[in-house]
Amino acid sequence: MTETRYDVRLHVNGTVHDVQVPARRLLSDALRHDVGLTGTHVGCEHGVCGACTVLMDGRPVRSCLVLAVSAVDAEITTVEGLADADGSLGPVQQAFKECHGLQCGFCTPGFLTTITAGLEENPSPTPEEAREMVAGNLCRCTGYQNIVASVLRAAELRGGDA
Amino acid sequence: MKAASFAYHRAESKEEAVSLLSEHGDDAKVLAGGQSLIPMMNLRLARPSRLIDIGHCPELAQLERVGGTLACGATVRHVRFERADAPELAACRALSDAARLIGHAPIRSRGTIGGSLAHGDSSSEWCLMMLVLDAVIQAESGRGVRRIPAHDFFQGFFTTALAEDELLSAIELPLTTVGSALAEHSRRRGDFAIVAAATRLVADQRLRVTTARIAMGGVASQPIRMPSAEDVLHGVDLTDRRSTMEAVSEAAHMCAASIQVSDDIHASSQYRRRLASTLVRQALSRSAQDWRTAGD
Repeated sequence: MTETRYDVRLHVNGTVHDVQVPARRLLSDALRHDVGLTGTHVGCEHGVCGACTVLMDGRPVRSCLVLAVSAVDAEITTVEGLADADGSLGPVQQAFKECHGLQCGFCTPGFLTTITAGLEENPSPTPEEAREMVAGNLCRCTGYQNIVASVLRAAELRGGDA
Repeated sequence: MKAASFAYHRAESKEEAVSLLSEHGDDAKVLAGGQSLIPMMNLRLARPSRLIDIGHCPELAQLERVGGTLACGATVRHVRFERADAPELAACRALSDAARLIGHAPIRSRGTIGGSLAHGDSSSEWCLMMLVLDAVIQAESGRGVRRIPAHDFFQGFFTTALAEDELLSAIELPLTTVGSALAEHSRRRGDFAIVAAATRLVADQRLRVTTARIAMGGVASQPIRMPSAEDVLHGVDLTDRRSTMEAVSEAAHMCAASIQVSDDIHASSQYRRRLASTLVRQALSRSAQDWRTAGD
């Protein structure tokens, strides 16, 4: 028996993608396999690690806990959508580069999206608030110190105090 | 891990959701924000053969004041409560405080209040708050709307009073939440609480307690009220700090003594009792302080 496939129109990084997916296709898998944007990484697949975090209408969500068929009405931003229009690094990406906020890089896409949304909400976080901002994302390499430093640097680059 | 296959229905209105549930209730699960159901499906702890997605029904996402009540649609997301400055949430600061304790920001962007209540996790912040606020939960089916008081709603381990064909459509909350507080402890920020305590004190004009509510999570198979400890607080004069603290201590002690807990991977039974006592005391102290501040 073949599984029913559904026509789903996803709006990702400003581009419309029409895909046909089974109902159980997670948004994380639809982005990677059906849309072809492999920047979103899949870690635990039950909402704990934060690696697959993307933005839906500007808010961070676990793409492994959203069905692609449920994501039709939202504007989705993945890590590929965080660079500036000319292709240069966005402020959060630039801060991670400057502060050595990554080592293996597997968890990084989830951090970048989470922090992008977090700084929209709180443009000038204290070190404690920066730590809280990334508390839902796991990194097994860095020990988090440089990630927290990257949050604070990204706030500077965005001109949070202005 | 991927979910097993299932049939999918997207309801575009509350009526359609109720009608789909009438037809398929025996083998369908309702999908709201999916922050509990989808992980369970990914781990194949849940294998519903059918999902009814209610995340696209505008009337279920409404939050509005109706007289002295906050009428809260089932799919209002946690994040909406975080903003205490939203006009419809004025005087409901305790709801904002509770919302900020739920998981992490990405969970709060998707998760819904109705989903949390229908899931019925013992340590869920919303379940405890509904118990102390005497919320009424609306269950809608082809047979009509049933209004279920929160204290009758949670019936056992992830088990609620909802029938198979009933949709949790809305929650009626009292508009004023002065004197409500929630205290919880988890090893890491955003984790499920090992133990949580919610309290509410209602006082008259002289600040004497007329009603007390204590609900506890993580100490039983479902969120529970502690009626005998609540009785200790009736009539207490909140302007008298000493007698207030004595009553608070006695209530906290009674809660810790009366819970039936056993050792598990998260905590020993002794540690849970200590947490119960400490957290009930913290929450009640904040409830009492809230009235003193409001009275100034």
